[in-house]
Amino acid sequence: MNQNVVWKLGLIVAVIALSVGSFYFKGMNLGLDLKGGVHLVMRVQTDDALRVQTETTVEQLRDALTRGSIQFSKLEMKDAKTFVVEGVTNDQAFRAAAVDADSVYNRSSGVGSYTYSMKPNIENQLRGEAVDQALQTIERRVNELGVAEPIVARQGAVDQILVELPGVSEVQRAKDIIRSTAQLELKIVEQGPFGTEEAAKQAYNNNVPSDILIMPGTGDSGGGAAPGTVFYALRRASVVTGRDLRNARPSLDENNLPAVGFSLNGDGARKFGAATEANIGRQLAIVLDGRVYSAPVIQSRISDEGRISGSFTQQEAQDLSLTLRSGALPASLTYLEERTVGPTLGADSVRAGVAASIGGLVFVVLFMIIYYKLTGLNAVISIVVNLLILLGLMAYLGFTMTLPGIAGFILTIGMGVDSNVLIFERIKEELTGARGARAAINAGFDRVWWTIVDTHVSSLISALLLLQFGTGPVRGFAVTLIIGLLANVFTAVFVSRTVFELVLGQRKTQTLSI
Amino acid sequence: MQIFHNPNYNFIRWRWHALGLSAAIIIAGAAMIATRGVPLGIDFSGGTLVRVQFDQQVSEDQVRKALDAVPGDKVVQQFGPVADRQIMIRLPQTGTAEQGISLEQGSRQVEDALNKAGLKFQILVRDIVGPVIGADLQKKGIYATLASILAITIYIAVRFRPSFAIGAIAATFHDILVTIAFLQFFKYELSLNIVAAILTITGYSVNDTIVIFDRVRENMRNKRREPLEQVVNTAVNQTLGRTIITAGTAFLSVLALFLFGGEALRGFSFTMLVGIISGTYSTIFIASAIAIILSKKPQTAAAAPAADTAARSRKQKGAKAS
Repeated sequence: MNQNVVWKLGLIVAVIALSVGSFYFKGMNLGLDLKGGVHLVMRVQTDDALRVQTETTVEQLRDALTRGSIQFSKLEMKDAKTFVVEGVTNDQAFRAAAVDADSVYNRSSGVGSYTYSMKPNIENQLRGEAVDQALQTIERRVNELGVAEPIVARQGAVDQILVELPGVSEVQRAKDIIRSTAQLELKIVEQGPFGTEEAAKQAYNNNVPSDILIMPGTGDSGGGAAPGTVFYALRRASVVTGRDLRNARPSLDENNLPAVGFSLNGDGARKFGAATEANIGRQLAIVLDGRVYSAPVIQSRISDEGRISGSFTQQEAQDLSLTLRSGALPASLTYLEERTVGPTLGADSVRAGVAASIGGLVFVVLFMIIYYKLTGLNAVISIVVNLLILLGLMAYLGFTMTLPGIAGFILTIGMGVDSNVLIFERIKEELTGARGARAAINAGFDRVWWTIVDTHVSSLISALLLLQFGTGPVRGFAVTLIIGLLANVFTAVFVSRTVFELVLGQRKTQTLSI
Repeated sequence: MQIFHNPNYNFIRWRWHALGLSAAIIIAGAAMIATRGVPLGIDFSGGTLVRVQFDQQVSEDQVRKALDAVPGDKVVQQFGPVADRQIMIRLPQTGTAEQGISLEQGSRQVEDALNKAGLKFQILVRDIVGPVIGADLQKKGIYATLASILAITIYIAVRFRPSFAIGAIAATFHDILVTIAFLQFFKYELSLNIVAAILTITGYSVNDTIVIFDRVRENMRNKRREPLEQVVNTAVNQTLGRTIITAGTAFLSVLALFLFGGEALRGFSFTMLVGIISGTYSTIFIASAIAIILSKKPQTAAAAPAADTAARSRKQKGAKAS
């Protein structure tokens, strides 16, 4: 055997071995459409993060103005990124006191009243941070859910997050856990509870000061009576928030009902200690996502432990501690898309895909052997190697096989063999030119090389754009197609030619069964 | 074995008939779209789709009756063979439902209604697509298809000559339009998978065309004396066997997908089947016809300079060779 053919053969065998090995040992990642699970796309309402920033700035400014005895008639938030100040008498003093706000907001020019609007670069930064934080929080929550191989990633538009949970059956619970903002705030109760919101407002003569917040809550069930909605007047500034949490665990309350116990970090404990000491005898509202869960009376100084009770089920207490542990979401989420595939369906799809692949392979193999006789076998070898490399590379690179990906696999069979046909037809033509088989084969391969390059480039162009366009399953198709096409250049040209050389090298007579 | 022994058909003579036939198909498709619009699948229209498998045989009417209380225009359809006991229920997009709760409300109502009717079932698929996603995908699908066509056109224009690129791209547009027309005739809804198939066709249908153009270029070097029309016709005939066979193998493999690949991929495989046939037909009749028409009439504004430069460079090459 020719030395040249030997190393080519060695290379081909090595490639096959590597492909089979990586497919066998690494296994194929299956997409959600093949193994079942839920695919969620949600949007982070980044406006929330801006609103928090503006609210905080307004409160800080109010404090600063009050401390400096600077007069103003109105200070309020207009929307998530603007607030207005009116009736300022001493502009100079006001500007000095409001210097902090200037780094974040653009101040309108003028005297006496000002409009502050958030600087665009700060706005973008805050929005970006909100999405990043949401992403991290969701990741933590998903990891705590104990799902195998979840995916949490940004997708498409900047504020969209994709979550894929393979094999999750409790879709609703997973969605609730991911979505709950878990914004914990502990606030001092000024007055209340009141039976209605109107009553709460009445307590302030319908003129609620801006540092007081009316918030709904669950009434004290006191001895098992059905809790109704009541309203509390709370101090707007929180004593501590979820950010000060160190840990949260399910526990039991004094009635042995499920509750969530939490502990605070050093900084939080200091603030909490000081506030509880100063407010002994008052109620402390435990607020979760804008609702008062309970409002126990502060008996003594508390530093770093607390408990949230409020007729939870065991599961709810568990889920709530999970979300509290993973941190609050910086902004609320809305679901844009949900796709759930049951596990039995996925298995059925795999079965159908395998059947169709075998069917396609059999059709094409029969056709090639009937039409090209022994040379047809050459194409069969090349297409089988093509498919092995495709599977091997997909497994090695960790790409995901999806249902449309199976279609891509089958297309690789039908389209991959096109290159062989192109070459064989050319060889046939060259053979009629009364040249020897070897010369015809060489001419056949050489003449069509650039045609093969051209056809593959055009197919690759559309496959690459497909990669840009699609969602998970369609991307799986594009990836399969791309790898199949690239492998095809190797198999249809290199492998096929080597097989020809091998066959012709052993024979004296230079005829070809084509 | 050989399907064609030295074929010498005069395809170029039939080009006007071919263009007429294609135009008729495309116009019929366009007329259907004009009267009832392109039916969009849930991927693009948004809305809710629930596919359930019942424990016993249940008719569409039974399910419809069970769902009477659920508001909105429901579509209830048998999915796959009757023996599979699968029914697909589709609900339209509900108003401005961007809020999480209302997005999933429809599917919950369906489940509740089916439970209430005492039907035992298992949910196989639940797709809830909000309006934002649907609109986004529509836009991306159109962009991706156009970008793909543009990129391929540029590639062919660079590798061959501009008039050929126009011919190839006309053929590709032809294939896309014919495929869309057939999707209308057979009442397929446009889904992500179908758009993926259409994009694949843009890359694939141009393959055959490239093979012919490659041959035309090769023949031009050898037979410079012959008129372009003759050269192209010869090239089409020389590559005819290959054109038919490659289409045949691709067709066979996709046919296997159509037959055995399950309901979920049927739209995809149907689209590919039509695209493959149309691609072969357009390669033989449309692409070269347009290339010739554009090359032959240099006074046609768009192609004139291009054809001229191509002719000049050919002359220069010829001079060097001799």
